[in-house]
Amino acid sequence: MRRVLLIGATSAIAQEVGRLYAARQSHLYLVGRTAEKLEAVAADCRVRGAVIVGVSVWDARWWEKATELIEQARQALGMLEVVLIAHGNLPRQDELWHAPQQMVEQFHVNATSVIALLSALVPVMEQQRRGVIGVISSVAGERGRAQMAVYGAGKAAVTAFCAGVRGYLHPFGVRVITIKPGYVDTPMTAHLPKNFLFASPQRVARRIYQALEKGYPDILYVPWWWRFIMAGVRLIPEPLFKRIRI
Amino acid sequence: MRRHEYLSWGRYPRQRPSAVWYLWWRSERLPPTPPGMTLLPRGYGRSYGDCCLNEGGILVDATGLNRWIEFNAEEGVLRCEAGISLADILTVILPRGYFLPVTPGTKWVSLGGALANDVHGKNHHRVGSFGCFVRAFELLRSTGERYVCTPTQHGELFRATIGGLGLTGLITWVELQLRSVETAWMRVEVVPFGHVRDFFRLSQESDREWEYTVAWIDVTAGGRQLGRGVFWRGNHARCEEAPPYPPREPRRMNVPCDAPSWLLNPWSARWLNRFYYWLQKRRSGVAVVPYDRFFYPLDAVSRWNRLYGRRGFVQYQCVLPPTTAEDALEEMVERIARTSVTALLGVVKRFGEVPSPGILSFPRPGTTLAVDFAIEGERTWRLLDELDGVVRRAGGALYPAKDARMSPEMFAISFPRWRTFCAYCDPNFSSSFWRRVTAGLL
Ligand SMILES: Cc1cc2nc3c(=O)[nH]c(=O)nc-3n(C[C@H](O)[C@H](O)[C@H](O)COP(=O)(O)OP(=O)(O)OC[C@H]3O[C@@H](n4cnc5c(N)ncnc54)[C@H](O)[C@@H]3O)c2cc1C
Ligand SMILES: NC(=O)c1ccc[n+]([C@@H]2O[C@H](COP(=O)([O-])OP(=O)(O)OC[C@H]3O[C@@H](n4cnc5c(N)ncnc54)[C@H](OP(=O)(O)O)[C@@H]3O)[C@@H](O)[C@H]2O)c1
Repeated sequence: MRRVLLIGATSAIAQEVGRLYAARQSHLYLVGRTAEKLEAVAADCRVRGAVIVGVSVWDARWWEKATELIEQARQALGMLEVVLIAHGNLPRQDELWHAPQQMVEQFHVNATSVIALLSALVPVMEQQRRGVIGVISSVAGERGRAQMAVYGAGKAAVTAFCAGVRGYLHPFGVRVITIKPGYVDTPMTAHLPKNFLFASPQRVARRIYQALEKGYPDILYVPWWWRFIMAGVRLIPEPLFKRIRI
Repeated sequence: MRRHEYLSWGRYPRQRPSAVWYLWWRSERLPPTPPGMTLLPRGYGRSYGDCCLNEGGILVDATGLNRWIEFNAEEGVLRCEAGISLADILTVILPRGYFLPVTPGTKWVSLGGALANDVHGKNHHRVGSFGCFVRAFELLRSTGERYVCTPTQHGELFRATIGGLGLTGLITWVELQLRSVETAWMRVEVVPFGHVRDFFRLSQESDREWEYTVAWIDVTAGGRQLGRGVFWRGNHARCEEAPPYPPREPRRMNVPCDAPSWLLNPWSARWLNRFYYWLQKRRSGVAVVPYDRFFYPLDAVSRWNRLYGRRGFVQYQCVLPPTTAEDALEEMVERIARTSVTALLGVVKRFGEVPSPGILSFPRPGTTLAVDFAIEGERTWRLLDELDGVVRRAGGALYPAKDARMSPEMFAISFPRWRTFCAYCDPNFSSSFWRRVTAGLL
């Protein structure tokens, strides 16, 4: 049994992680944007063995309310043993180039909200002196690309802030894991043509679950070979990189 | 199977959709149908032929609808979204003392797919087909309308959708009655037999005491050994018969890529059949085995369909009425054994009298034969046409879930009520199979 807080619980990846915890009769607190979807996920986890101790509807654009949300979850669960932050949005970048307002809003959804949640979690975890936080960032945060400019920027911010929080919480025995998936076959990528680079959400979730349970590695690439692909991508000189469309 | 392939299990015909639409939530709508295009729901693509293909059309992938909705542990009734796999269902219900009422020979099929083909299992002689245990489901039509169907509410749509090949609309969730079991183990007896005629004797004497029966036959052996084989009969093991712990999750092998097409040929098929017969003969007797070993032996090797290579394969499955079954079966096995084709996995089973609920349901009283054939051009097709002749004379029928080649005429003979069914089809739904078997008739 574990006490687990899932934020973005309706994401395909988070749902699969939830199922793995449900099979162990864990206590779950689910947070998501759409009440109807949350209800479906809660019912699924319940039948699979979980105890749903609470469900909250929360939109990442309401990031000022992060502290309240974390406090509610902590009270319902008693303690935050495992936290997974999974929400995210992949906007169509071409539609954003001439919409500065929306561009910034997308940054808030992917980055500001995560920074707010982590900031709210810090005092709680510091006091608990145990627990593990997994944050789903992305390989897209490793290098800016025209097609994913604001998404990549958001994930880069998440990755960097996670590293900072990891360092700060380390002496307290609290782990922070930055999760960097490659392409995953989920609603987020439904519009992309599928190829061999795509992994199933089940496979990605199993790795995330293992990492959360063990408390390492600090930075998790899923599938593992993305570590090497990205090492290669980082080596391409910028004068060349700005010209290629990937 | 790689999801983006979207072929069928036999990987023949190699027909691609023009687009794939993913459903992730049961509250979602279907995609709009562009003029001249059609939709087809898609499960895990475990059908052998083209009933899960929609060449040039849109496949609506329903495997994202894989959630539980409710489980009533007192009455053993589940309600799940239609894209959930039977494998996933088993992991939840077995520890709570329940099993599927009917299961096909693989657990990697969806609830919706099992319903749409009204699948049968090794216990058909006792309980009937999968559809007999469906209490309700929701059907989503291309107009956006949703119907909750039960035997009494929208009863005709209920009967049209069971075995309805995904043509009446998309099933979003299913309510199913389960059966209770004491353990996850099976008590199984293996009985080798020397001639296809012995099958009928064994079947007759076993069907009463054994809940599950099925036979494998060597379709390459001729003469006095014609259709020699192995008869399996099993019951769910009771507590005192089984080990006190649940069976371990079986190890799975995988075929990583296409085998060369020459690997399976008439000669190697003959030796494989011979070897398998010898192996099973040594195993004869009673044993208590994990349920996976009994129900899903083929699942031990995932993607085994790649062993046939790029050319693919077809399965031929027919049912022969009780009065003609013995002679017709013997004639069919004889014709297969006589021809130089690559034939493997001959399976025979007696169907019982329980009527199937669907208008287009395949299971009906009689004996069913299923055989896998590598696609070797003309000689394969000629043999299958000959087998059609035998089935027709015997008054039998072919199974759409396994078919990639039956003629419109064979379809009409197999499903005499198909015109009644047409009235319930969704006008925006169609499949490669449906266009093929109704060519010139609609
Ligand atoms: C190794 C093996 C053994 C088998 N053994 C048996 C057996 O013993 N008995 C037996 O009867 N069959 C057997 N089969 C066949 C298999 O059970 C059926 O073909 C089954 O329907 C496949 O389910 P699927 O989820 O893969 O559906 P698919 O093959 O993807 O689709 C099958 C049909 O169902 C429709 N469909 C799928 N999902 C939905 C939905 N949500 N709503 C509406 N329609 C839908 C599709 O349109 C299509 O017409 C076997 C197959 C294999 C590979
Ligand atoms: N799929 C990939 O290829 C991929 C690759 C790398 C990283 N990731 C990351 O993995 C995580 C999970 O995504 P997924 O692939 O599982 O996709 P997904 O199923 O589409 O999940 C996205 C989730 O984010 C939620 N969300 C979006 N905007 C929100 C908002 N404004 N407020 C609150 N919630 C919001 C969605 O909620 P609703 O369901 O209510 O819309 C949904 O639950 C994301 O952080 C994503 O960036 C994905």
